[in-house]
Amino acid sequence: MTFFKNGAFVEDNWRHIEEGEDAPPAGHVILPLDWWKAERAVYEGSNAPLGVKIEPGTDISEYAEDISRFSVIALVFPKYNDGRAFSTAQLLRTRYGFTGEIRAVGEVLIDQIAMMERCGFDAFEINNAPTEKALRTGAYTRFTHFYQPALTKEAPAGTRPWLRKSS
Amino acid sequence: MYRYDEFDAGFVAERVAQFRDQVARRLSGDITEEQFRPHRLMNGLYLQLHAYMLRVAVPYGTLSGKQMHMLAHVARKYDRGYGHFTTRQNIQYNWPTLKDTPDILADLATVEMHAIQTSGNCIRNVTADHFAGAAADEIEDPRPYAEILRQWSSVHPEFTFLPRKFKIAVTGAPKDRAAIQVHDIGYHIVRNEQGEMGFAVYVGGGQGRTPMIARKLRDFLPKKDLLAYTQAVMRVYNLEGRRDNKYKARIKILVHEMGPEEMRVAVEAEFAALGSETLSLPQAEIERIQTYFALPAFADKPEKSAKIEARRQTDPQLAAFIATNVAPHKRAGYGIVTISLKPIGGIPGDATADQMDAVAELAKTYSQDEIRVSHEQNLVLPHVALDDIPAVYDELVRQKLATANAGLITDIIACPGMDYCALATARSIPIAQSISERFGETKRSADIGELKIKISGCINACGHHHVGHIGILGLERKGVETYQITLGGSGDETCSIGDITGPGFSTDQVTDAVETIVETYMTLRTSKDENFLAAYRRLGMKPFKQALYERDTGASI
Repeated sequence: MTFFKNGAFVEDNWRHIEEGEDAPPAGHVILPLDWWKAERAVYEGSNAPLGVKIEPGTDISEYAEDISRFSVIALVFPKYNDGRAFSTAQLLRTRYGFTGEIRAVGEVLIDQIAMMERCGFDAFEINNAPTEKALRTGAYTRFTHFYQPALTKEAPAGTRPWLRKSS
Repeated sequence: MYRYDEFDAGFVAERVAQFRDQVARRLSGDITEEQFRPHRLMNGLYLQLHAYMLRVAVPYGTLSGKQMHMLAHVARKYDRGYGHFTTRQNIQYNWPTLKDTPDILADLATVEMHAIQTSGNCIRNVTADHFAGAAADEIEDPRPYAEILRQWSSVHPEFTFLPRKFKIAVTGAPKDRAAIQVHDIGYHIVRNEQGEMGFAVYVGGGQGRTPMIARKLRDFLPKKDLLAYTQAVMRVYNLEGRRDNKYKARIKILVHEMGPEEMRVAVEAEFAALGSETLSLPQAEIERIQTYFALPAFADKPEKSAKIEARRQTDPQLAAFIATNVAPHKRAGYGIVTISLKPIGGIPGDATADQMDAVAELAKTYSQDEIRVSHEQNLVLPHVALDDIPAVYDELVRQKLATANAGLITDIIACPGMDYCALATARSIPIAQSISERFGETKRSADIGELKIKISGCINACGHHHVGHIGILGLERKGVETYQITLGGSGDETCSIGDITGPGFSTDQVTDAVETIVETYMTLRTSKDENFLAAYRRLGMKPFKQALYERDTGASI
């Protein structure tokens, strides 16, 4: 696995806690959501940086109060074509004001990364060799014309309020 | 017609470049067919029984002469000289090679066309009334809204990997010619009590193996909220729609399982919560886009055409053509001409390259350079002066396109079926051909009146059999094709799903069965004014069932 964040391959300072592992050390761990639900009392009053991993199908409105507690929220793509996490990321940014890292995990492929970014993802766990190669060599198509406003920084274009253009 | 500006052209050019790269990687073996699949599907390229099939979008079914010439060029240069117009107002080419597809898309881009989102689990080509902008009964042209939806839904970052495909239709007349109630979202332009224009919103209709009529979620949606409300529906569907079973993944199943009231509450809650995300449509921008679709300048004409009246007396065929294939236009002295792609015994929806060129020329000369593709797989010249209809008709006769059967029993919708499609369980085209030949272009067909036969070659219902006045569904039972018949379906504003008559019929029996149904109707109708659908709604299934299954000679049908 390699880790791609804000346009570059960087070291991943975070560790996923798997179901069944012992109590995690404080800080820089990404907990499965169930883990967090069961063990949250442990972190009461602690400032340790925490992440949480959310599977698609989770109603995040149930965790509205908790969201600001996390530095990282990992959203799972079980398959590249399971598009629920696009909406979840968008909601985290726009409705719940989440400003931390949103990382895509699971089947993360080159042709979806730009769309993920437009929905608020800023970090990607890459397990697919062609995707890693494309990102390293820059050999993939970059789009500059969009028919929707997004969370990436693109300029409005013309009079249609839904257009965006990047340079 | 809508015209691309630099932005729209730039958008399409980038997608063509991307697809060219993806095809090159596939041809060189860098990526496998499995890895290539999502890329080709984003560009309307299917792998069918015998070859690749390319589906080109015709947004809301509107084409210029130049665009139709390009479709002819593609058919001639890259295919076998013909194309197939579909029930989604698109065109399909059945024989392109993979290596040619990037060139086809590049050629199409020169006339502002593409194949983006004609497949895949995304928002598909937005469809509209094929008489839009011309129909006498229209409140407002739906195409500016279809165009806005087309743009906004193109490569939408949040809604490109939905549970399943998603179809939106817009109509602007009380008579629903766009079948909006069997779409995932149907927008019907209405005027409210204050005299403002907006949309009645229908959600969760669809055909396929579980046909459902859409539920009305809103009586009136202000125009400015079109995109925001669509976004709310899409988000609820994207998050809540089923992904465990592709046959239960359409929004109709979600609406059914949640219940329409719960669905309405969920959509309204999402809509209300959009906040800073709310994308309002400024009235000025709506008006700017409307100018692309403005009614052309028409010369004043008398209501009745002396030219037609003179020739009508001596030419019963022209008279028959006008009776069936010319619909009332907004402007006096003009008509909407339907060009039937259902020649007797032909393949529904097919047109040759030469025919496409001829239609393009007719549009340039006689129809303000506009052509429509209807979901009934016909072409339409929307703006023809009545005085010009004899000349148009004569050219259509030369092109073998003058079949006077629009809306009649031989104007059959049929999916490609097992002759082309990898999913089909039975053939559709030969059944359509057989029925068409049985009834022909005859006085009897004209006397039967309006009767929509729709044929699908599998339960996915691409031939819209559920909403056929007579629907025919081809299935396979123990290796043999068998055809189930439904009666009383309708895709218009009185939308209904047809009822199954009973046991199916073999390939040899199905045309006889249709004839039995039609004869029963002819015997029982109150008058010629009571069309088949009205008669069926009055009579119910019983007399038809008796005629089909209980008469003495039943064994022979």
